[in-house]
Amino acid sequence: MPSNIMSETKKHLVEVKDLKTHFPIKAGVLSRTVGHVKAVDGVSFTIEAGKTLGLVGESGCGKTTVGRTLIRLIPPTAGAFTFEGEDIFVASTGRMKAIRRDIQMMFQDPYGSLNPRMTVETIVGEALGVHRISTGNKRRDRVVDLLKKVGLSPEHLNRYPHEFSGGQRQRIGIARALALDPKFIICDEPVSALDVSIQSQIINLMQDLQSQLNLTYLFIAHDLAVVEHISDWVAVMYLGRIVEYASREELYANPKHPYTRALLSAIPEPDPTRRKPRILLAGEVPSPSNPPSGCPFHPRCPLAEEQCRHQIQALLPKGDSDQHVAACWKVK
Amino acid sequence: MTDTHHTLLSIRNLSTHFYTEQGLVKAVQDVSFDIPAGRTLAVVGESGCGKSVTALSVMRLIPWPPGKIVAGQILFEGEPLLDASENRMREIRGNDIAMIFQEPMTSLNPVFTVGNQIVEAVKLHQKKSGDEARAIAVEVMRKVGIADPQRRVDEYPHQMSGGMRQRVMIAMALCCDPKLLIADEPTTALDVTIQAQILELLRDLQKKRNMSIMLITHDLGVVAENADDVVVMYASRIAETATAQQLFEKPLHPYTKGLLKSLPRLGEKKERLDVIGGNVPSPLNFPAGCKFHPRCPIGCNDKRCQTDEPPLKEMVAGHCVACWYAGQDIEKSKDALKHNE
Repeated sequence: MPSNIMSETKKHLVEVKDLKTHFPIKAGVLSRTVGHVKAVDGVSFTIEAGKTLGLVGESGCGKTTVGRTLIRLIPPTAGAFTFEGEDIFVASTGRMKAIRRDIQMMFQDPYGSLNPRMTVETIVGEALGVHRISTGNKRRDRVVDLLKKVGLSPEHLNRYPHEFSGGQRQRIGIARALALDPKFIICDEPVSALDVSIQSQIINLMQDLQSQLNLTYLFIAHDLAVVEHISDWVAVMYLGRIVEYASREELYANPKHPYTRALLSAIPEPDPTRRKPRILLAGEVPSPSNPPSGCPFHPRCPLAEEQCRHQIQALLPKGDSDQHVAACWKVK
Repeated sequence: MTDTHHTLLSIRNLSTHFYTEQGLVKAVQDVSFDIPAGRTLAVVGESGCGKSVTALSVMRLIPWPPGKIVAGQILFEGEPLLDASENRMREIRGNDIAMIFQEPMTSLNPVFTVGNQIVEAVKLHQKKSGDEARAIAVEVMRKVGIADPQRRVDEYPHQMSGGMRQRVMIAMALCCDPKLLIADEPTTALDVTIQAQILELLRDLQKKRNMSIMLITHDLGVVAENADDVVVMYASRIAETATAQQLFEKPLHPYTKGLLKSLPRLGEKKERLDVIGGNVPSPLNFPAGCKFHPRCPIGCNDKRCQTDEPPLKEMVAGHCVACWYAGQDIEKSKDALKHNE
């Protein structure tokens, strides 16, 4: 798919091909595998250096699993992840350690993702020690540098996470992710646990850092308004698959897949004068351990027909642009 | 608020404090508002602003120690709730005023079937027999849109999805036909497509039963689509109250203005988002004067804002705001301040 999405002349920093992550379901005294939860089932995308891909979907659609599999916190079942031309999934443990310097992660929960027993200096500087980059005063200088970059000050060095508010903790998390000068950051819902007035601060910070340091982001989120603001490309996931993939402008101006349309129409807008017609979806996201036959969206889809119940369509170009793809039999 | 609706719930100068080991937390200070019958009032604010404590105070569910309602009056259909006996409160809770909580995962008891938990509420308040109560439970589950309620009434909470559990919570709250439903972040834990279903359900049930809703949320989108009246809270006080239309058309408090401006909106191209600087203050350590002044474009340079707490003033009918510079153009005021210096 990536080849028909973007012109081949451009160099992609990140290329994910047909990624699958399945979790075995064990049952009985012998814990035999009785089935699989297909959390991610054939996901492909590419990200150009310095750009942001927004990965959106509802809880349980597999978006977080994609992020964790890419950084090999979860072993992939199948597929390939090429980073700067190198296949990460076959890299040795030693090589992987080196690669991890370039790929970092930012987490959703600013409370759970920082060790409460460590000072800010240890948290942010830990990776510098693990990778034997610097020690002593040099390391401290680097940490101070990082703290300034994310809008904190040197006096925060010896404090503990509980002394900070949610937004400040997220800044510490960002400083930690930046410590090794990464090229690619996987951001898993980085603002959804924050207060509304703090979200915009963190989003602006992430954008500033991106342009200063030429960072590439995979921005995993469920908030479509935030994703629209920060992304260059957007992929919509449903039940382990990408159902629509397009540039930000295209996707929001011209959503094709019925799921994307319903998702966009479901967002309540902070403006009582701008009520829009709402597509109310019946039912709920089915379990990925027992996905429906055919198109996974058909039980909730207002357009579903016989064909949708049996066959799933591959991601195909829709509309005028061959860079706007969606997996739906009913839209052209 | 129009005169055609009589006031169902009236809160006057409510203050609730918590005496914690770290110090005195004034979680709610001097909060007053009315909820008319059949209308939805939204209480908006960020974490720690006191919106949930206000709701729990109405239900008299503040645990002592450490919490205590230290001042104020809460009138429900004219009856002073703060003077009611514990037995009287038990009659009111669930029967006249019901509450649904944010976490559908943790507010149901995992060892009882959902039917059991609904039946418990019905039996307690309506003196029905077991079979009758079960029939009511099935009926109310059908009303909140649970398919196949005869079967699902015997399921345990873990067998249901988050959206279904929230529907069970709503069913439980509605089984005794309450006059007031307090919904504390009812959709925050849910996906947007499920949130749309649940909010639609609440609107529909409200219309049919002429029920009042106190909707506690941090999501201004949810407010815009569901509320008739809005109370904006900041740092345990009311910053602004207005009808939803007034608030979104012409917000007066710098906090509300900043909040509305900082939201990324669908279909709006902006290079950078507007921000409110600083952090949400900790309730253990509120700033002096106007609580918002360290983050306010006017207040951060203004003597009066730094020392004196602004009272809640009515600017136009139904629109009150607690700000010394309410209604003034922020940019102009800033210029004036610079000029004075």
